[in-house]
Amino acid sequence: MSYVRYIDRTSAYYRAEGYDKPYQWAEFDEVPFTPLKKPLAESRLALVSTSEIASRAWADQRLPLERGEVANVYPVATDTPVEELYSRTHSYDMNATTLDDVNSFFPVTRLAELAAAGRIGSLAPTAYGVYNAYSKNKTLGTDAPEVLRGCSEEGVDIALLVPV
Amino acid sequence: MSLISRYLEDNGIPTVVAASARDIVETCGVPRLLFTDFPLGNPCGEPGDVAQQRRIAAMAMELFESADRPRTTQQTPFQWSKGDGWKSRVFTQEQPWQTPEIKNAWLEKKALYRKLKDKGGA
Repeated sequence: MSYVRYIDRTSAYYRAEGYDKPYQWAEFDEVPFTPLKKPLAESRLALVSTSEIASRAWADQRLPLERGEVANVYPVATDTPVEELYSRTHSYDMNATTLDDVNSFFPVTRLAELAAAGRIGSLAPTAYGVYNAYSKNKTLGTDAPEVLRGCSEEGVDIALLVPV
Repeated sequence: MSLISRYLEDNGIPTVVAASARDIVETCGVPRLLFTDFPLGNPCGEPGDVAQQRRIAAMAMELFESADRPRTTQQTPFQWSKGDGWKSRVFTQEQPWQTPEIKNAWLEKKALYRKLKDKGGA
């Protein structure tokens, strides 16, 4: 069976729910491309996630947005014990699956294994949670530069991005 | 997420997007997409299937090395263990995407974001 066309499917779904204006998904003709600069075994990798990843060890479980802060990007230490991590998102197919296994959407243990095996140079100490902003300007103008700044500070060479 | 991939790439950081909503990512256009044809939520492998998660992580690394042009999409060979029935049900009126409680929580979050945006912050 072919893959689901979510743009068409969700557009019909929300139209039936009474929303007249379909969401305008980002669409570009041009796509940038940067080749690898060094072997993976020497590269530091950062993990970026829209899963609303959070840690049970945080004093305040709420994400910055839920606390009324404007920050859409927040750090998650990649050495956080995986048992402490969980997702706060409601945007997944809860009829078909669960987010109980963090590594199924935030593969921090799998990446640590790759670093331990020498397949990548290292996993960056900080991963980035990015809240869905429903705004392309906000994502490109504020969130993406914030992720880039964090990556630059930690000498990140490559990034794995996982939308949920 | 595709927008962030494009931004990082523009600024010299190669990226791989690992996702299950293929059409959304490809419409935006990213350098490298590792597509797994699973329900939304587990693009890095089925819950509890560590061996599969390792294969997907390994394929993501290989994609960094093998892609030589933008819009390179690679599909992982995995099929959802409970079959493809979810595909005909997802986002249909027969099967609501969210329960009323969860939909309300989601709408509240959206409203909060809008409020912050109006304040000029977000």
